Amino acid sequence: MNLDPKIPEGALAEKWTQYRGTMNLVAPNNKRRLEVIVVGTGLAGAAAAATLGELGYNVKAFTFHDSPRRAHSIAAQGGINAAKNYQNDGDSVYRLFYDTIKGGDYRSREANVHRLAEVSRNIIDQAVAQGVPFAREYGGLLANRSFGGVQVSRTFYARGQTGQQLLLGAYQSLSRQISTGSVTMYNRHEMLDLVVSEGKARGIITRNLLTGKLEKHAAHCVVLATGGYGNVFYLSTNAMNSNVTAAWRAVHRGALMANPCYTQIHPTCIPQSGEYQSKLTLMSESLRNDGRVWVPNNVEDAKAIREGRKTAKDIAEKDRDYYLERRYPAFGNLVPRDVASRAARIACGEGKGIVPTGLGVFLDFASAFERYGKSEAHTKGIHNPSDAQIQEFGKAVVAAKYGNLFDMYENIMGENPYETPMRIFPAVHYTMGGLWVDYNLETNVPGLFALGEANFSDHGANRLGASALMQGLADGYFVIPYTIGQFLSGEIRTEKISTDLPAFDAALNDTRNRIQKLMNIQGNTSTENFHRRLGKIMWEYCGMSRNAEGLKKGRQMIRDLRKEFYSDLFIPGSMDEFNPELEKACKVADFLELGETMMVDALDRNESCGGHFREEYQTEEGEADRNDDDYTYVSAWEWNDQDPVLHKEDLKFENVKLKKRSYK
Amino acid sequence: MSANNMRLTLRIWRQKSNGHAGKFEVYNDVEANEHMSFLEMMDVLNEKLVSQKKEPVAFAHDCREGICGTCNMVINGKPHGPKGGTTTCQLHMRTFNDGDVITVEPWRATAFPVIKDLVVDRSSFDKIIQAGGYISVNTGQAQDANAIPIEKDTSSEAFDSATCIGCGACVAACPNGSAMLFTAAKVNHLAMLPQGKVENSRRVRAMVNQMDEEGFGMCSNTGACEVECPKEISITNIAKLNRMYMGAVLGKQDTVA
Repeated sequence: MNLDPKIPEGALAEKWTQYRGTMNLVAPNNKRRLEVIVVGTGLAGAAAAATLGELGYNVKAFTFHDSPRRAHSIAAQGGINAAKNYQNDGDSVYRLFYDTIKGGDYRSREANVHRLAEVSRNIIDQAVAQGVPFAREYGGLLANRSFGGVQVSRTFYARGQTGQQLLLGAYQSLSRQISTGSVTMYNRHEMLDLVVSEGKARGIITRNLLTGKLEKHAAHCVVLATGGYGNVFYLSTNAMNSNVTAAWRAVHRGALMANPCYTQIHPTCIPQSGEYQSKLTLMSESLRNDGRVWVPNNVEDAKAIREGRKTAKDIAEKDRDYYLERRYPAFGNLVPRDVASRAARIACGEGKGIVPTGLGVFLDFASAFERYGKSEAHTKGIHNPSDAQIQEFGKAVVAAKYGNLFDMYENIMGENPYETPMRIFPAVHYTMGGLWVDYNLETNVPGLFALGEANFSDHGANRLGASALMQGLADGYFVIPYTIGQFLSGEIRTEKISTDLPAFDAALNDTRNRIQKLMNIQGNTSTENFHRRLGKIMWEYCGMSRNAEGLKKGRQMIRDLRKEFYSDLFIPGSMDEFNPELEKACKVADFLELGETMMVDALDRNESCGGHFREEYQTEEGEADRNDDDYTYVSAWEWNDQDPVLHKEDLKFENVKLKKRSYK
Repeated sequence: MSANNMRLTLRIWRQKSNGHAGKFEVYNDVEANEHMSFLEMMDVLNEKLVSQKKEPVAFAHDCREGICGTCNMVINGKPHGPKGGTTTCQLHMRTFNDGDVITVEPWRATAFPVIKDLVVDRSSFDKIIQAGGYISVNTGQAQDANAIPIEKDTSSEAFDSATCIGCGACVAACPNGSAMLFTAAKVNHLAMLPQGKVENSRRVRAMVNQMDEEGFGMCSNTGACEVECPKEISITNIAKLNRMYMGAVLGKQDTVA
């Protein structure tokens, strides 16, 4: 298969502008006759549905949630990047582009990333106009902070709830279009199949989650904005209901899954505490602006802490290893996520972990309390502040910045992070892989588009912090509204798509059969049990580090688990009613196939890059050892039950020189 | 992290659908430990029920980080349970004691019909937002983000209202089943900002009318909503809304305090 990325001609910085100025348009009278299905109403989907509605298309938007406002974009904490250079610290579109390419370990497409950096500026303008209450300075202008992997402050934020505020902005815009009738909203509808008719994506099959009824929905094209698949690991920072099903069903209809093994393990999450645990909770990367990561220098101290004989306070400054500051002096605690996570794994591997399981490190705010406390005292005109005053003022400043995160930590851990350092460990957070798309965000199936975390396009092998919100909104507000016209301009003579087409009934029957097959197993094991076991295999063999032997073993284990799933699954209730257990089973069935594809992908890529760390390929210092000669390509997988088939898109770097990534 | 185990008795509201009558079922000897979240305790109960081939308890949940607003249990008579400023998913079992009897019910309000067990339909909230809970700006129409300075405290106050997660605890807590706190929080969030002030009068009228149409009750200032709000949204939002509503229906210009 020839994977043409359709990158426009011209100089890098001119491509998008020129392309936009010359691409096909759809006239208003024709927009009114064209229908678009948008699946998923997180940042990318809500932004796309609202904007396409504003443009005059007839949009049908779908979410499995009870309301678009529940999408997991809402949980993004720290912020959103934009090359505004409001801080006058040397930021520019090119620098954001370069940081993103480098942060992604040179495994993303130059043209897509440059476009992302360009439109990042419009996103902030749009969000402010919608009423998103970003943090501001006393002068009334917008405030910024820093995130990992960069040396400028370009992250806009709304306390620790940036995703919530941006999603509500998009949700409100979507609500406005719903009220005008340009968008028809289908809540509690889960997409269970894609309908491809005469080679083009023309609709979807959904299950009404309240009644169990399977429904056919048709349109001239289909946009998937259905998020990432981190829940294949069972434990992740994703919401419980996040899943791969919509994207994976598209793969079964011919779309390709690109770079599935690129998984982001986020370094600062609350460590696991028990078997019953259902999810892991993120502590925003923004905390690394002010928190310092450390473990005890010697193994005996770490053991004493694990056993409760010592606490962090008992370890003298000289006996602490601030290992990120030591290993990466140029970026310190703000190295990218993949680098920080691996360093934590190494420290814990040396026996220096500080939680009972051995898998945890400290994130310490003591120096931030002191630094802010002194500065605040100075501002108040107190020139000889007492230690108590410094602590009081310092903690107040930190509370104003991260109060909700500190509260959340205390709620979950039952200990006060203002008094004792946080205990953190890496956890699965984001998936850089996703459906393969070209520059138009169109998959290899004509008329099927993928946006946001559901596509693979912009983050390469590792995403920088505060870039997920940026990409979701860029795709939804500023890219798809233009590029969808490239496809739809060829459809202006196409009549309304009818659900009576044979492809709709075929897909509906396939879906019904698939569900019946699951319901009829009537075995003895719950979906939850299978999901948990799948997650353990994924984490063990395809997690923070991988090797060929483990990947082969893991793949076989998943295949065995899949066999067991189809012979011993038990789902209570029936398919014709509200049945959350059935919903879960459909998701896990797809995770089992995706998980295997991830193993195959990770095994194919004989190099280490970004979030993909192969133990066989590392430098003497334990850093990722990339192989540009053989692996500068996008892996796009076609599903096949025996052996997924690999298609390649070679990545061409015309503006950036491939270098060994260094944060030292 | 030594785990103190506990044994609990749960009284849980079971209801097949809105058309069926519901009743409390009692589950004895439910095991938990103090590190579990309340929902993880429910997960363990459900796994046990499924292993006995019984129907698990349906409950709404998603992010389990206290931000998506999906989870909604009335625990021992209080929306989101006994701990203030907390959603059900962020409530941990260390709040309870070994041997406790815990009663779990869905939100109860006319405008939130029960779907199954503890799951209710809150689409009436979406309708209120659709009536006017937005700023009418199309994508691409915005000027530079720093073109209008907004005073830090004003912006911060707008944020305090915007932090609403749309869970509906305010309605569940209200003896009248009123959605005034939810509606007022959105109105104030937008009214505080220069961008949103422009269409405030229209917005206030439309949202309040829609709230009435959805079957929410009248506000009688009991203050229960503020007490149970997991995001601690202030009841002063309601006072401000009332003032703006009066101004709007009397045909005056926007009276934003």
